Amino acid sequence: MEHEVQRVRQAFLSGRSRPLRFRLQQLEALRRMVQEREKDILAAIGSDLCKSEFNAYSQEVIAVLGEIDFMLENLPEWITAKPVKKNLLTMLDEAYLQPQPLGVVLIIGAWNYPFVLTIQPLIGAIAAGNAVIIKPSELSENTATILAKLLPQYLDQDLYIVINGGVEETTELLKQRFDHILYTGNTTVGKIVMEAAAKHLTPVTLELGGKSPCYIDKDCDLDIVCRRITWGKYMNCGQTCIAPDYILCEASLQNQIVQKIKETVKEFYGENVKESPDYERIINHRHFKRILSLLEGQKIAFGGETDEATRYIAPTVLTDVDPKTKVMQEEIFGPVLPIVPVKNVDEAINFINEREKPLALYVFSHNHKLIKRMIDETSSGGVTGNDVIMHFMLNSFPFGGVGSSGMGAYHGKHTFDTFSHQRPCLLKSLKREGANKLRYPPNSQSKVYWGKFFLLKRFNKEKLGLLLLTFLGIVAAVLVKAEYY
Amino acid sequence: MDPFEDTLRRLRETFHAGHTRPAEFRAAQLRGLGHFLQDNKQLLHDALAQDLHKSAFESEVSEVAISQGEVTLALRNLRAWMKDEHVPKNLATQLDSAFIRKEPFGLVLIIAPWNYPINLTLVPLVGALAAGNCVVLKPSEISQGTEKVLAEVLPRYLDQSCFAVVLGGPEETGQLLKHKFDYIFFTGSPRVGKIVMTAAAKHLTPVTLELGGKNPCYVDDNCDPQIVANRVAWFRYFNAGQTCVAPDYLLCSPEMQERLLPALQSAITRFYGNDPQSSPNLGRIINQKQFQRLRALLGCGRVAIGGQSDECDRYIAPTVLVDVQETEPVMQEEIFGPILPIVNVRGVDEAIEFINRREKPLALYAFSNSSQVVRRILAQTSSGGFCGNDGFMHMTLASLPFGGVGASGIGRYHGKFSFDTFSHHRACLLRSPGMEKLNAIRYPPHSPRRLRVLLVAMEARGCSCTLL
Repeated sequence: MEHEVQRVRQAFLSGRSRPLRFRLQQLEALRRMVQEREKDILAAIGSDLCKSEFNAYSQEVIAVLGEIDFMLENLPEWITAKPVKKNLLTMLDEAYLQPQPLGVVLIIGAWNYPFVLTIQPLIGAIAAGNAVIIKPSELSENTATILAKLLPQYLDQDLYIVINGGVEETTELLKQRFDHILYTGNTTVGKIVMEAAAKHLTPVTLELGGKSPCYIDKDCDLDIVCRRITWGKYMNCGQTCIAPDYILCEASLQNQIVQKIKETVKEFYGENVKESPDYERIINHRHFKRILSLLEGQKIAFGGETDEATRYIAPTVLTDVDPKTKVMQEEIFGPVLPIVPVKNVDEAINFINEREKPLALYVFSHNHKLIKRMIDETSSGGVTGNDVIMHFMLNSFPFGGVGSSGMGAYHGKHTFDTFSHQRPCLLKSLKREGANKLRYPPNSQSKVYWGKFFLLKRFNKEKLGLLLLTFLGIVAAVLVKAEYY
Repeated sequence: MDPFEDTLRRLRETFHAGHTRPAEFRAAQLRGLGHFLQDNKQLLHDALAQDLHKSAFESEVSEVAISQGEVTLALRNLRAWMKDEHVPKNLATQLDSAFIRKEPFGLVLIIAPWNYPINLTLVPLVGALAAGNCVVLKPSEISQGTEKVLAEVLPRYLDQSCFAVVLGGPEETGQLLKHKFDYIFFTGSPRVGKIVMTAAAKHLTPVTLELGGKNPCYVDDNCDPQIVANRVAWFRYFNAGQTCVAPDYLLCSPEMQERLLPALQSAITRFYGNDPQSSPNLGRIINQKQFQRLRALLGCGRVAIGGQSDECDRYIAPTVLVDVQETEPVMQEEIFGPILPIVNVRGVDEAIEFINRREKPLALYAFSNSSQVVRRILAQTSSGGFCGNDGFMHMTLASLPFGGVGASGIGRYHGKFSFDTFSHHRACLLRSPGMEKLNAIRYPPHSPRRLRVLLVAMEARGCSCTLL
């Protein structure tokens, strides 16, 4: 393991990954890989999660292609130095921010969207000029295997490598030193990753999870609301970090919600959901059993059918759920949707604030003021109002959590920024040393005054002419006096 | 009995009640901070003189004025910084409202160091307050005079329901770190930085760590030795060398060294007189422990300039060491004192190679008449920040972020960067409850035909966007 990481570090130190042309070439190669080997990739994702080609393509591959194209288009601009506003002291100097690669980046992927959650960070890391070690989740075996097979065929084999393995290998890997670690997964392992990173003072981006609440106001079109929620909840069989985890609404709405979700499920997946090619399966038996146990003692309004052999769990809705029960204690990550009745929006806000900050928050209402209040009085990684999931799709948004749902963010330029060091640079000249005499000891009260003047005065373009003239006049007088007397 | 429990609970309750959110409240806190600086200038100068023998000039320019500047900048820009930031939309979200909301994290802990005890405590505080957080301040117990002022006088100027100063040494700080905070801002050594980050990991608390390292200073053969000596000396001996961004060691050719030594001596004499110990412009070492550590370093290499020390006064003369080996202690740890070792290299390549063999520093300096040489060093190294042909002037520009990379730190601040550091950037997408027809394409059942349509659409599109 140490040897592998060393090899990648040596490759980075060679400087190969830095030139713009190289980065663009690698990104283009990655794009070719996704296009040429599409069938293999879709098949791998398909067999891990029992996912149809359409879903694998629309949920994972599209986002990857979009991200690569976005990088290719914008990277030439992003890697250039950005000048910053100057003050009086630095008026004649060059001051700018220069993005630089960090070095060797570790990306630990997740199993629920095993392709995009590994490749999207990779795209940004390559764009930022780093070398990358990818550790796909071992739970999505087929995708992990295909990545290990395909990446070396298209990308530089020393700069970007895939290391596969389980807990033991990952623990070993985390002992090594990296320049940034991006981890997608759960809170428990997130803490382990950050603790390992602390030993090397490695910055981390942790994309974790939590229970994303979904508040449904009385004043809304329940038909549309339930369609949207059904779509977001049962997508990938509920195994989505930003799926609406549970519903908060007034008790009187419960029955209607149940009815409409039921109808929508039928519309989306047919009479026999098990036979729908668009409905996925639970990733493995451990999670299957875990989700099953959440149903114990609950009022199943509809759904609840399971088949252990195929790891099938039907789209399920629970009503009158007691917040103290198990299903409300952990992130569900499955096709089970509890409804917790609340008296009103005040109670909903309190309920949400009593709990850990979630990765996403959803609120449905025609009342714009209510939506605003929800946002103002709660916190979460992100918010979508009157829909679910969608804030994930806009890459001008930083995507990430807060509190126990994570730290840091990525997507689009935010990935590039996450994997770069924006280095502040000030280039002065060795001339005009006379002006510096103001700062050198021995000091006097007048020097204190002038020191403050230069430090605190803003560089105001509009007043420039007059100020400059006055200033130059004074400095000229001082210099002439100092230099010749 | 946990001494911090009550204080932390009180602050959290204030935060949950929403008191710190309105702009007016935050502005009032910032104004309070400004008044603290204005009303107590002499008190602060005296405390800094007591702790570090800081001259009025240094106290004003590097502590009070800088802090005042940040307060003023924050007050002037607060509302602009707080505004929701609208972002470009894609095809699918054209009709929606898409913005980033800047939210306070909640309860922030700021752990401050002793070398610039006003600046490095108050500048982060400005950012944390402007961003709407409640703050626990843990000033350094080592700069005792300043600690007293911060503990006794500062709270009078701020709303104490959302601000508290806690005191103590390593043990108390360790206890404090067991609690959950929503953000931790630490300035200090890499060693303690690791301890802070490990403690933060237990609660998944995000951190900014402003650490340190050995800041290299390359001096090219092509330059005026007196000008370089003036600048290097001033930045090295400022605050008796106890500056995280001070040039730590010099890299130059033996020929350049010969020209630099008399120039450095000349600069030192001009700045501090023939008897630097009696100059009011030279600081003192903070305490005995640091003094002893630095005195031991005087034995490395050969003393070319200075080398005197006085234990009772915690005085160390502005010193230059030559014939220094890479393995000696003075080249192994951050010096943080008025000692400047010179290491010989034969040109830019060797200098770059020397620098890159070591940990990424907080700052990097290169002096040359040739802009090409300066830019080359910039391009082929990494560091928190960089200044060509001067010392840490880049810190005086609030439009430049200040922070480290690698072992020199995580995160950054100053000006708007402070506000952003102490804010959670929350992505908010507000969709219309209508126009459901547009969503039809995303709903199952999906047909093979739909997949073909999608594939064609993907190929045809010019810009990047995710439809579904």
